[in-house]
Amino acid sequence: MSGATVARLDTARRGSRRRELIISTASTVAFFAAVAVLIVASPGVNKVVESFFSTTGFEDSFGPVSSGFWLNVKLMLVSEALVLVVGLAIAVVRSLPGPALAPLRIVALIYTDVFRGVPLILVIFMVGLGLPALQLEWISDQSVFTYGVISLVLVYSAYVAEVYRAGIDSVHPSQQAGARSLGLTQWQAMRFVILPQAIRRVIPPLLNDFIGLQKDTALVSLLGLVEVARAAENYASSTFNFTGYTMAALLFLAITIPLARVTDWLIERDRRRMAATGP
Amino acid sequence: MSDAVPLLRLEKVYKRYGDAEVLRGVDLDVAEGDVVCLIGASGCGKSTLLKCSNLIEPVDGGRILLEGEDITTENTDPDRVRRHIGIVFQAYNLFPHMNVLSNVTLGPRRVLDMPQREAEGRARQLLDRFGLADKATEYPDRLSGGQQQRAAIVRALAMEPRLMLLDEVTSALDPELVGEVLTVIRELAESGMTMVIATHEMGFARQIADRVCFMSEGVILEQGPPEKIFGAPQQERTVAFLRRIVEAGRAADLEAQT
Repeated sequence: MSGATVARLDTARRGSRRRELIISTASTVAFFAAVAVLIVASPGVNKVVESFFSTTGFEDSFGPVSSGFWLNVKLMLVSEALVLVVGLAIAVVRSLPGPALAPLRIVALIYTDVFRGVPLILVIFMVGLGLPALQLEWISDQSVFTYGVISLVLVYSAYVAEVYRAGIDSVHPSQQAGARSLGLTQWQAMRFVILPQAIRRVIPPLLNDFIGLQKDTALVSLLGLVEVARAAENYASSTFNFTGYTMAALLFLAITIPLARVTDWLIERDRRRMAATGP
Repeated sequence: MSDAVPLLRLEKVYKRYGDAEVLRGVDLDVAEGDVVCLIGASGCGKSTLLKCSNLIEPVDGGRILLEGEDITTENTDPDRVRRHIGIVFQAYNLFPHMNVLSNVTLGPRRVLDMPQREAEGRARQLLDRFGLADKATEYPDRLSGGQQQRAAIVRALAMEPRLMLLDEVTSALDPELVGEVLTVIRELAESGMTMVIATHEMGFARQIADRVCFMSEGVILEQGPPEKIFGAPQQERTVAFLRRIVEAGRAADLEAQT
């Protein structure tokens, strides 16, 4: 190919890329303009803006809603830490071979089947109302916060265990052979070779469940805990203004969006580190 | 063969996968310092023999003895046996989440409980010896196939095995990368390492082996020094196999390369 031809092709390619950029920008602007017009033109728009986006509403609800949200953050952090550990333990138990461990595998299987199948809201009621009703020492005198954590951990560990297990299964058996051939035990092969690769692969779906868990912390309000949803509801019922809900939604987004970006960055860093960059 | 106890002895070893009998009574003695090459068509049982010797695959019949000790009993701890038998696979099986140095030190640190500093020092010596000194902190995916296979050999050597099993270690490599790996194996042989090598590289087997075993349909049909197996094979099937190889032009090509 002559230099001139290459240059011409290059120019042509640049031109088509610019055209694509213009088209995508224009269609985006047009779409959002249409949505905005639709909303602004709707008969109830002023009412909605007043109810959900009132300036005084934001100012007044920020205090109670954000202190409620702090409770959600605590619920989330404690639960997530436990879920990551419990889920991993269940996944590892289910992945270990050998007839001696069959009973453990069956217990793990039943656990994941049951707690992935029962809605969280029912688990919250059963744990939050059932355990105190047992009138057992220690088990029955825990705080509502603790019962909330127990419920979330029971349900989310079942999901997360399956995510981990998919990751473990995705590591090629030759890795296991490579590890065992060095004399590593079954457990060491899992710990140093299989799990590090498995966990890296499941970070995105784990984050997905993490976000799900964070949102579901709001369900613990059913036990009477004044967390963000209950705080927003209290604000709404005392002022007949729903801006508290918007406030709560913004607070959730303030955590989930940065979290998603951090995960993207982690994945990208890992990919770059291991990827072939040779000529 | 001498009167001394062989380092590795297989006695009437049987192995089947489902209905397929892959090994049908293999007998083999490997003395200390021996380099034994296994040749034969794909599916003749070469790889299975190596995997059974390393207890990756359990045998269905017969015995395997390591320095006279039966390692196929119920009471054998396979992890202890594998410390003394290194194996290198066709597909390298390096750990992609670790750099080369960590790949090499994992075994010594976790299995032999060697302190990190010592394990790394010895790993670097080995890497240096096999021309990988500047690759210590690279991840496997950034190495060529030949470099990866050399790293895998170093990883097995770091355990200071009594015996090395090489399972068609050049079969996955581009032709121009085969030579560097064979050079490494040759150096190992010269250093006195006992090795059992399953290979398709006939020219290489002829040069390096003390003994060549021709396998066919799950048994060792014929064995002897390379001159005898390649020069004056006794069995009809050995003759036919070698003729096919020559016809395929592989032997000539590889002769030129090595």
